[in-house]
Amino acid sequence: MPSPQLWRQFKRNRAAAISLYFVIALILAAIFASELSPYDPFALGDGALLAPQSDHWMGTDDLGRDTLSRVIHGTRVPLLVGFLATATSLLLGILIGSASGYFGGLTDVILMRVTEYVLVVPRFFLALLVVAMLGTGIMKIVLVIGILGWPEIARVVRAQFLSFREREFVLAARAIGASHAKVIFKEILPNAIPPAVVVASILVARAILLEAGLSFLGLGDPNLVSWGSLLSEAQERISASVWLAIFPGMAISLLVLCVNLFGDGINDVLNPKLRKK
Amino acid sequence: MLVFNLLLHNSSTPVLQSLRDDQAQRSPRDFLGSLLENTSPVSPTNFILRRLFHAVPLLVCVIVFNFTLIHLAPGDPIQALVGEFPAPEAYVAEMRRAFGLDQPLYVQLLLYLKNVLTGDLGFSFYYRQPVASVILDRVPATLQLMVPALIFSAIVGVLLGILAARKPYSISDNAISAFSLFGYCVPAFWLGQMLMVIFSIELGWLPSQGIKTVGADLDGWSSFFDRITHLLLPFAALAIRHLAVNARMMRSSMLEVAFEDFVMVARAKGLAEKDVTARHMVPNALMPVVTIIGVDVSFLFTGSVLVETVFGWPGIGRLMYESIVKRDYPVLMGNFLITTALVVAVNLIVDLVYLWLDPRVKYKK
Repeated sequence: MPSPQLWRQFKRNRAAAISLYFVIALILAAIFASELSPYDPFALGDGALLAPQSDHWMGTDDLGRDTLSRVIHGTRVPLLVGFLATATSLLLGILIGSASGYFGGLTDVILMRVTEYVLVVPRFFLALLVVAMLGTGIMKIVLVIGILGWPEIARVVRAQFLSFREREFVLAARAIGASHAKVIFKEILPNAIPPAVVVASILVARAILLEAGLSFLGLGDPNLVSWGSLLSEAQERISASVWLAIFPGMAISLLVLCVNLFGDGINDVLNPKLRKK
Repeated sequence: MLVFNLLLHNSSTPVLQSLRDDQAQRSPRDFLGSLLENTSPVSPTNFILRRLFHAVPLLVCVIVFNFTLIHLAPGDPIQALVGEFPAPEAYVAEMRRAFGLDQPLYVQLLLYLKNVLTGDLGFSFYYRQPVASVILDRVPATLQLMVPALIFSAIVGVLLGILAARKPYSISDNAISAFSLFGYCVPAFWLGQMLMVIFSIELGWLPSQGIKTVGADLDGWSSFFDRITHLLLPFAALAIRHLAVNARMMRSSMLEVAFEDFVMVARAKGLAEKDVTARHMVPNALMPVVTIIGVDVSFLFTGSVLVETVFGWPGIGRLMYESIVKRDYPVLMGNFLITTALVVAVNLIVDLVYLWLDPRVKYKK
C-alpha cells in the first residue's frame, strides 16, 4: 500500500502528479458542486442561449440554464461511473482471473473462452442494448459498464497466478496444509494486485468515455446532469450556440487525459519490470 | 521539456501494455505455434475453418443473451419482441405462437434459436420491414465509413509510428506523440461536433449531415465527389482515435525492435540505415500492430454509433440510435447480433493479413 517511498517515486513523473491533483480537484468539485456553482443547474434563467459573458462564463442553454453550473454538476456522473464501474470490474476480474489461473484445467478453458467472447463482442452495442431494454438508472449503467470491463482484469490476474502458482512460497503454504482460499487470497493474490490496478486505471478512462457515449445517445440517467447529456443537448443547436458543446467536451477530454496520465504514473511505480531499469 | 518527454514517450504505458497483452493472448501466433509443432506449413483453409468454428458458439451465446434480455426486460416479453408499438392483435398472437410464449422456457429458447438461425430476426413496426432487411440495408453505409477509416488509420498510423521512432525525442517525434495522446483522450463524437463546427458551419467547406446531397441529381464523377465530401468529416472523427493508437503502438514497437540483435547484425554488415529500417525493423515491429488493429475493430463500431449519430450517417450505428429513441427492441437485438458477426468477420480478415505478413508462415501451394 502507498508508502512514502512509493509516493516519492510516483511524484517523479510530474505529469502524473499534476493529473492526480487535477482529478482530486474534480472530485472535490463533484462533492461541493452545489456550493461552487454560481446558479442552480436546473433553474430556468432569464436569458436563453446567451454566449459566454461575465455573468455566465460558459453561456446559457435554450432554457436559460447556466452552462458552467451544469458542467460543474456534470462532474458527478462521470466520476461516479468511472470509479464504481471499475471497482465492479476489479472485483469480478479478480475472482474470475484467480479461479482460472489457480485451478487451471477445465475451469480455465471455460472461463478463458468466455473472457475471449466478451472481448470480441462489440461491448458498446451490448451496453446500449442492455440499458435501452432494462432502464437507465445510474446504478444500472455502473453495473453494465463494470461487468463489461472484467475480462481485461481477469487476464492479467490469471497471468500472475500462472507465474506464481508453482513458486516455492506457494508450495510451502500448500505443504503446511493451507486451504485453497488461503493460498489464493493470502499468498498469490497480493502479487496480482499491482498489475490489476494498472489495468484498472485504463478502465476508469474507458468507463468515463462509455458513460459519455451512453448519455450522448440519450441513455444516461434522466435525473442527473452528465457531460455526455450536455453534448447531446448541444447537438441540435450546435450551429448557433457552439459554446454548449465546447465546454463539456473539453471537460471529458481533460478528465480522460488526466486519468490516463495518472495511470502511466501508477504504472511507473508498480511495474516491477520498469523499476529495475 | 523533460516532463513533456516523459509524458509523451512512456513506451510502457498501461494502455500499450494492455494492448500488448491482447496481442499475446489473441494473436494467431499461439495457435500457429501449436500448429507449427505438429505439421509444419499451415494451410490457410484449415486456419479459416478453425476460426469459423470458434465463432459459432459466440454467435449462439449472443442469441441466448438476447433471449435472456427479452425475459429480463420489465413488462411482457411480447413487448420486447414487438417493440413498443401498437402492434395488431393478430400479429401479437402470431408472435406468441411463433416464440411459444405459453410453453416452458427451454422450449421458448429452442424456438427462439430456431427462428433466429433461420434468419428470422422479427419484424420492425417502425420501419414496417423484417428486422434483418432493415439492418442489412444499413450495413453498406457503415462499411463505407469504417473500411476507409480502418485502412487509413492502419497505414498512416504505422507510417507516423515509424517516423516518430526514427529520431526519438526530436520535434517530429514530440509532435506525433502529442497528437497520439490527444487522439486517445478526445471522445470521437465531440471531435465530430467540433470538426462540424469548424469545417461546415464556420468555413462552409464540407456538408455536415448525411451520406450524399438529398434531391441532387448527380451522376458519375460529380456523384462520387459529392459522396467523398460527405464522407470526409465523419471519416476523420472516426479515424483519429485509431490513428493515434496505431501510431503509439508502432512507435514503441519500433523502439523495442531497435535493440534486437538482428538489427545490430544488419547494421554491422553495413546495410544502409533505410534498408535496416525497411527490411529488418519494420516487418518485425509490424506484427503486434496488426493484432491491435484486429482488437480495435470492435471499438471502431463503438465510434461508428456515435459518429454516425452526429453526422446523420445512415449506417447501422445511426440505426442503433434511432431504434433506441423509437424503442424498437427487435432491431436493437438484431443489430447486436449482426454487428457481432461483422466484428468476427473483420477479425478473421485481420488474422489472415497477419498470417500473410508473418515471415515464419509458408503456405503449401
